[in-house]
Amino acid sequence: MSNGNLPEQIVFRIRRFAPGRDKEPVWKEYPIAYEVGMTVLDGLWKVKETIDPTLAWRASCRMGVCGSCGMLINGKAGLGCNTQIAELGTAVVTVAPLANFPIVRDLVPDLRPLFDAHTALSPYIIRADTAEQEEPTREYYQSAEQMEAYLQFSYCIKCACCMAACPTCATDPVYSGPVALAQAHRYNTDTRDDGFEVRKEVLADEVGPWRCHFAGECSRVCPKGVDPAKAIQLMKRQLVADALGLRKKPPLAQPVEKPEGIERRPGIPEAPPPTV
Amino acid sequence: MAKDRRHPNRLGIWGWVGGGSWGPDRYLYTLHRITGLGLLAYFLVHVVVTSSRALGEAAWEASMARVSGPLFVLGEYLVFVAFAFHVINGVRLFFAELGWGIGKPIEPIYPYRNCLDDQRPWALGALLLIAVLVVVGALDFFVWH
Repeated sequence: MSNGNLPEQIVFRIRRFAPGRDKEPVWKEYPIAYEVGMTVLDGLWKVKETIDPTLAWRASCRMGVCGSCGMLINGKAGLGCNTQIAELGTAVVTVAPLANFPIVRDLVPDLRPLFDAHTALSPYIIRADTAEQEEPTREYYQSAEQMEAYLQFSYCIKCACCMAACPTCATDPVYSGPVALAQAHRYNTDTRDDGFEVRKEVLADEVGPWRCHFAGECSRVCPKGVDPAKAIQLMKRQLVADALGLRKKPPLAQPVEKPEGIERRPGIPEAPPPTV
Repeated sequence: MAKDRRHPNRLGIWGWVGGGSWGPDRYLYTLHRITGLGLLAYFLVHVVVTSSRALGEAAWEASMARVSGPLFVLGEYLVFVAFAFHVINGVRLFFAELGWGIGKPIEPIYPYRNCLDDQRPWALGALLLIAVLVVVGALDFFVWH
């Protein structure tokens, strides 16, 4: 078996905490056999299956989609499932729970502050034609350029890596953090959305983007390339322009009129009926 | 009410520099805050010292005598260094935080680019300008005078 530059055996140094038993988290070391292609999440499974079955963490999809396995890996926030041990290049892999969130147990953080902040900023399309949204008859038109304005920010999987890395989140429990703010900007920029005024009320408060001073850690650690720091700075520009009366509000996307007199090309089936 | 058995894991001020493996922009962030607090402290002392002029010439001369000497020259130089950093980095941040020099939203395709890549030349340029001012300031404080 070829391990590249890594030894046959590597050590997982894990920050453990058991509520009711430990007053403070403690570091424990677990030597395991390294296998080519092993991710940090694979290593944790190996520790659990072969050394200590009480080790706890949160994971689900194992493919960087669900955002459950965010953790500090060698001090950097990232997903356990898409971090290759070979990529780290160290014989000792330190794994700790995401910082700035209370620890429930071992590597399991309590992410409720994230979801509360996210919910408070109305992360969904807000517009007056609720009937069309509930029972859609047509599609809203949006150009490619209009979609590109928010598409990058819509890839967020709420893994909380950005909030664990943010130095403002480290000191300020009131600050909404990069997840919620980037998502607020994602919807504010969506031409189908008309909820800027609703979110502005929340953003103007101390939870808003003004406590961000562009340390950029959120963008550096984001495992999906969402670039929350960019979203937050662009949001500030939008809010300043709005305060000065200079914000250019794009026209609200309208449902596309169904073309008439056009025959469907043969062999293309009808779209299925809406399910929601 | 049940006792909260969770462990608080907020890094606090230690998180500005420690608690993880961070990037260079975080240290600029931290330095910006520290220099800001340093300048604030200087201004408070400055107001107290210069207000002695209101008590007459003798009080003014006495307070000036108390803040003279090589240690205070070094202190003034450090204030100048903090000022140079805070102003130039502050101008960079002013534009960055209003969305200039950070690029446009792009489709995230691995390897990901982010706004720090777009901001890097501006950050390096600011650091270069700060370094020049720090050197010229050192010559002015310690050599030419």
